[in-house]
Amino acid sequence: MKAIINYIKEVVGGVKTLINGMKVTGYYISHPKEIITQQYPENRDTLNMVDRFRGEVIMPHDENNEHACTGCQACEIACPNGTIEIIQDRILNEETGKKKKTILKHVYHLSMCTMCNLCIEACPTDAIEMGKGFEHAVFDRSQLTKVLNKPGSKLRAGVEE
Amino acid sequence: MSVKELHKATQSQEYFVNMGPQHPSTHGVLRLLLTLDGETITKVEPHLGYIHRSIEKMCEKDSYQQIVHLTDRMDYLSCHMNNEAVCLAVEKGLELEVSDRVKVIRTIMSELTRLSSHQLWWGVMGMDLGAITSFLYGFRDREMITDIFEETCGARLTMNYNVPGGVMFDIPANFQTKVKEFITHFRKKLPEYDQLMTNNIIFRNRTEGIGILTKEDAISFGVTGPSGRASGWSNDIRKSHSYSAYDRVDFKEIIRTEGDSFARYKARIDEMWESMNIIEQLIDNVPEGSCREKTKAVIKLPKMEIYQSVETARGELGVYINSDGKKNPYRVKFRSPGFSNLNALNTMAKGGKIADLVTIMSTIDLVIPDIDR
Repeated sequence: MKAIINYIKEVVGGVKTLINGMKVTGYYISHPKEIITQQYPENRDTLNMVDRFRGEVIMPHDENNEHACTGCQACEIACPNGTIEIIQDRILNEETGKKKKTILKHVYHLSMCTMCNLCIEACPTDAIEMGKGFEHAVFDRSQLTKVLNKPGSKLRAGVEE
Repeated sequence: MSVKELHKATQSQEYFVNMGPQHPSTHGVLRLLLTLDGETITKVEPHLGYIHRSIEKMCEKDSYQQIVHLTDRMDYLSCHMNNEAVCLAVEKGLELEVSDRVKVIRTIMSELTRLSSHQLWWGVMGMDLGAITSFLYGFRDREMITDIFEETCGARLTMNYNVPGGVMFDIPANFQTKVKEFITHFRKKLPEYDQLMTNNIIFRNRTEGIGILTKEDAISFGVTGPSGRASGWSNDIRKSHSYSAYDRVDFKEIIRTEGDSFARYKARIDEMWESMNIIEQLIDNVPEGSCREKTKAVIKLPKMEIYQSVETARGELGVYINSDGKKNPYRVKFRSPGFSNLNALNTMAKGGKIADLVTIMSTIDLVIPDIDR
């Protein structure tokens, strides 16, 4: 007899714990305002990424199509994965008549980047920074290799001093 | 052969089942070779190597600043503590004393990481046992922490926030308010976890008395972290080999004596309360000072061996650096908590059922990239 009573007690107690858990679920069904889901990608226009967000490495250019990259290769050395490749050449400067190192291409392999921020820390002239874009999906892998300096761009005057 | 003997022969036949490497409850690519007698497990043999990336070897070609970001990819759920371990080791080698501000920031961030790791574990543990609800609740609260991380470090999971000599950025102006907001939110929401899962009769029956690990076994296998402490072994690195700002806060080391799956579960839940206590003690008085000591661009450690251990969300993570005076380490070895904890799986699961194995694996909180590195 005692065993039966204990058994019934156990069942009733068990059902109670289940109902207790269901209460939490019930609360959120009746309080839809507490649900925090974001409707991405519908909210793209209002989506604000934080200032420090690391999406990709970008090189800001000003209105004269000038950047601040001197081609010192500090970012290339700092990068742990070989993500950055700087192709440069000695080009004759017409004003001084001397040959001077100039970057031709600042190649950035997004597919290898781990967004560790070490290149940004290493850059002495703040020529590169972390962009906020995060939708990197493309159809072909080769599209992930980017040239950061825009065509025809040159070094901003006064950066090297 | 009589019918009786035939029956006996077929009953005792052992057979092998591969669990994984693509099994959802192994949380990654872990392959378990199970030896079964009917539904009863007689042996569990973990096979590793499916996500081996040779992080230790890669460290040998990297500079000391570059090593830090690789450790993010070991135990990605406690990446901040992994970063901290390497930074503390390098600072030990350089004999560099970081400011109080750095110590406090590191401690707060570590505890937030621990909270977020345990929240994810709690959600996934429910999922493993067949309750999808808990996953959604765990991730709801974890979202607030990842938002704080995103605003402070710029990334949500692989943060790379620590650098040898300090932290990469100073904390933002609204950091304290956001953390306090989270603590008040989570103090209200944590009892919901108990209501949903801890007190649930089905959950209790599936965890209580399952997968018992004795204190002796825990010590001999080196099962650290909440899993080891649930067996009654006091092994908290934060208490025994205090680092950063843990010596100036008052917190309890959660020790339980049962050693079963439920004890491991409860130890983690209680640890979440303790983590919140630690953060609350520190958040209001972050000392002023610089957030980063100046180091040379090329760090060279003298010829020496360094060992530094920290308490991650899973247990003791040890970093051993053997330096030969160059800018790259000669050898780096990580003593990862997941690897040691996995070794005890056979002892815990032997004699149990297959369904219990999932529970046991869940409660020792495996992260496969941490085991394989």
